[in-house]
Amino acid sequence: MTTQRIYNFMGQRKLAAMASALLIVISVGSLASKGLVLGLDFTGGTLIEVGFERPVEINPIRSRLADSQFNDPVIVHFGNETDLLIKLQGEPAADLGDRVLASLRSSGEAVELRRIEFVGPQIGEELRDDGGLGMLAALAVVMLYVAIRFQYKFSIGAVTALIHDVVIVLGFFSVLNIEFDLTVLAAVLAVVGYSLNDTIVVSDRIRENFRVLRVADSVAVVNESLSQTLSRTVITSLTTLLVLLALLFFGGELIHNFAIALIVGVIVGTYSSIYIAANMLLALGISREDLMPTEKEGAAFDDGMP
Amino acid sequence: MNRYPLWKYLLIATVVALGFTYAAANLYAPDPAIQISGQSSAMVMDDTVLENALSKLSESNIAYFGETLTERNILIRLEEAGQQLAAKRIIQEALGLDYVVALNLAETTPEGLASMGAKPMKLGLDLSGGVHFLMQVDSSSVILKDIETQLDVLKKALREAKIRYKTAGLAEDRLELGFVKEEQLDQALTVVRRDFRDLSPLSSERDGLYLLTLTLSESALDEKVEYAVSQNLTTLRNRVNELGVSEPIVQRQGRDRIVVELPGVQDTAEAKRIIGKTANLEFRLEAQPGKVTGREKFKFRDEKSREREAWLEKSVVITGDQVTNASVGYDETGTPQVNISLDGGGGRAMHHATRNNIKRRLGVLFIESKARLEIQINEAGEKESVAVPYVEKSIISLATIQSALGVQFRITGLDDPEEASELALLLRAGALAAPMHFVEERTIGPSLGAENIEVGINSVQIGMLVVLLFMLVYYKVFGIFANLALVVNLVLLVAVMSLLGATLTLPGIAGIVLTVGMAVDANVLIFSRIREELANGETIQGAINSGYERAFVSIVDANLTTLIVAVILYAIGSGPVQGFAVTLSIGILTSMFTAIMGTRALANLVYGGRNVNKLWI
Repeated sequence: MTTQRIYNFMGQRKLAAMASALLIVISVGSLASKGLVLGLDFTGGTLIEVGFERPVEINPIRSRLADSQFNDPVIVHFGNETDLLIKLQGEPAADLGDRVLASLRSSGEAVELRRIEFVGPQIGEELRDDGGLGMLAALAVVMLYVAIRFQYKFSIGAVTALIHDVVIVLGFFSVLNIEFDLTVLAAVLAVVGYSLNDTIVVSDRIRENFRVLRVADSVAVVNESLSQTLSRTVITSLTTLLVLLALLFFGGELIHNFAIALIVGVIVGTYSSIYIAANMLLALGISREDLMPTEKEGAAFDDGMP
Repeated sequence: MNRYPLWKYLLIATVVALGFTYAAANLYAPDPAIQISGQSSAMVMDDTVLENALSKLSESNIAYFGETLTERNILIRLEEAGQQLAAKRIIQEALGLDYVVALNLAETTPEGLASMGAKPMKLGLDLSGGVHFLMQVDSSSVILKDIETQLDVLKKALREAKIRYKTAGLAEDRLELGFVKEEQLDQALTVVRRDFRDLSPLSSERDGLYLLTLTLSESALDEKVEYAVSQNLTTLRNRVNELGVSEPIVQRQGRDRIVVELPGVQDTAEAKRIIGKTANLEFRLEAQPGKVTGREKFKFRDEKSREREAWLEKSVVITGDQVTNASVGYDETGTPQVNISLDGGGGRAMHHATRNNIKRRLGVLFIESKARLEIQINEAGEKESVAVPYVEKSIISLATIQSALGVQFRITGLDDPEEASELALLLRAGALAAPMHFVEERTIGPSLGAENIEVGINSVQIGMLVVLLFMLVYYKVFGIFANLALVVNLVLLVAVMSLLGATLTLPGIAGIVLTVGMAVDANVLIFSRIREELANGETIQGAINSGYERAFVSIVDANLTTLIVAVILYAIGSGPVQGFAVTLSIGILTSMFTAIMGTRALANLVYGGRNVNKLWI
């Protein structure tokens, strides 16, 4: 057993801040210029997944569907060579699935209908609004909770870290043109939860150390706190990443993007709890005085507000 | 140090035992089955029906077992799920259309477990396959229709009160009345305030006319929409029952939407036709005796008077879409009656037809589009059952006209409250309270469902295995504690979900996997803290104790914030997102119990109060 090694995390804080700023700029730029590839849940429309017995090529299928009066279908392989995803505009007639199947089967191949989804345009719009609203609500509630439980500087740090994570995950999806659907939205909100978890643990240690350690240097306190929680941060992120990788590789196509969002989010979230949340605390000039008047855990209500 | 009182061990043991018991119900996968019942509740199932069905199954080499017979239902379990559809067709063919033959999943939960209320988790459509519809009730048309009716009633009331108005009309969703004199407006206001509480009045003056503008009040508006939605819900439930699906869901979502989920149904077109169809009503006068032309004979719909028939005129007075409401009421003597409201046009037509026909009888015809299964030979020469639509008309009421009828009238002379509410229901069913349209539709094929279950279970197993190995290697003995806690956590999570009757979906499984990954966090926090305390020179017992105590606050803070996010997810999300949020929330709660109390109990049992030289952590 050796004594705790102290890493000089905050020595790199300027560099880290620049790296984060760069990532944010890229993400915001991409989101603003080309936006997200929104899934059916948000855009509305009709989607049909069919399974063939043998691998199929897309082009012959497209021309066959065009012959049967289906306008501009978007066709892609889904997961593997034998499955196709066909997207159509507009509202389906009751027998749409049958008609598409009949058209596909006209060459005598066995085709299986795996799913049909239709989402009306107004539903898509509502989901978009609700998603954004939920995100804002989550941030607001978290900010309030941390402000009450810790101190307002922590709260700013935590929320900055969360916004950082969300923007970068969204940016990742935008830059790589990965489809953003309802499950990905759920994943992004889960990232908020995860990243917060990390930030809280680190903040908790910083608060504790400010009270226990008799040193005035804030940077030293933050460095020591981060070093102490480092092994926990790494291990938890590792186990979470392991299960997410299991989801990514074995969870099937439907939750593929969900897993991607969470993997990116967990990595960024781990980084941000160190270099954004803690960094922000230092930038806001956190000091012993901010935390001293309270002696009991959880009694930080009085100095919680500015 | 580090000893738990006995009651804590007992508490943990009890929770774990209960968890295993309730989770165990999920080990018993339901059997594919066929359920047979009668078209009407009066039909009794008996051995001959059962024998008939079973012999047909044997002929077709479909293996079955464990058939049960109750007064209303027959349940036949099948060996293979793949034969369910064929079995349904064969039995339907053999028994005919008086029987409802439906696909079912028969529970196999042992009696001991079932008596404790243990049930397996319900599977979402993405796992079981089936159809999901989301329908929007057109509430604006409900409001418009209502306001039209109100206008007619109001005009009539003003005429009766001898208040003269110059103009009366609709402007979007408002009523506008114009009066020449101010006192007429005041009188009208009194009438409105007394008899039209649903309308909020606003008076103004324009071009020398005194104007009274009336809008539906906020509460009346809500009430109308509420009524329309619940009415449509009832109608939809009746229609869905006709489809013969086991465990359908017909549920309201939000203010004016209705979700219909039909597990196992693959024929969307048929489902859509039945759900979207409209039953209708026709009010017709009874044909006069002696008159031979222009009349038709109909049966009564009621079971008791099934054999009764009556002649009605061919010409229709009004149809069901002109009925705006029908409700059960009681007269002064407590005799049940049905109060009917018509819209303006309906009221006029009714008045016109009845004023010269007092003492004749007025009949109400209930018109349903139904489907009858017929066995046809298709192009390939195979037998297949085809649903052939047809229309059935039957009399639900035949009552003597006592006076000229208008927009509001009542049917009296009913035997009992049940009959009255049945009649009111039918009258309303005819008039689907508001038109609906499909705003979302999802069909998941059975093979995709089975595949989703497989990948779901796979990823839970693999994720779990990796985490268990990692914890064992990294934390040794304490890793074993954490792993036991993790397994128990999974069991508790499944148990709580089964108990709450939560539906398991693919995103829900993803939530479980994520929970597995994150649940060890609490233990990691505790164990790192114990290592640290040891490094700082604490005694072994002291390190264990302060490790748990100091990590506690961080754990609670961290989990509570995550829980807040999960709750928000649930509140804003729909279907898939909610499934994920539910498992995540339950997982957080169960993991706090197992990771903090569970592992502490184990640590205390193994190390507590002993003289330990080295801690394998």
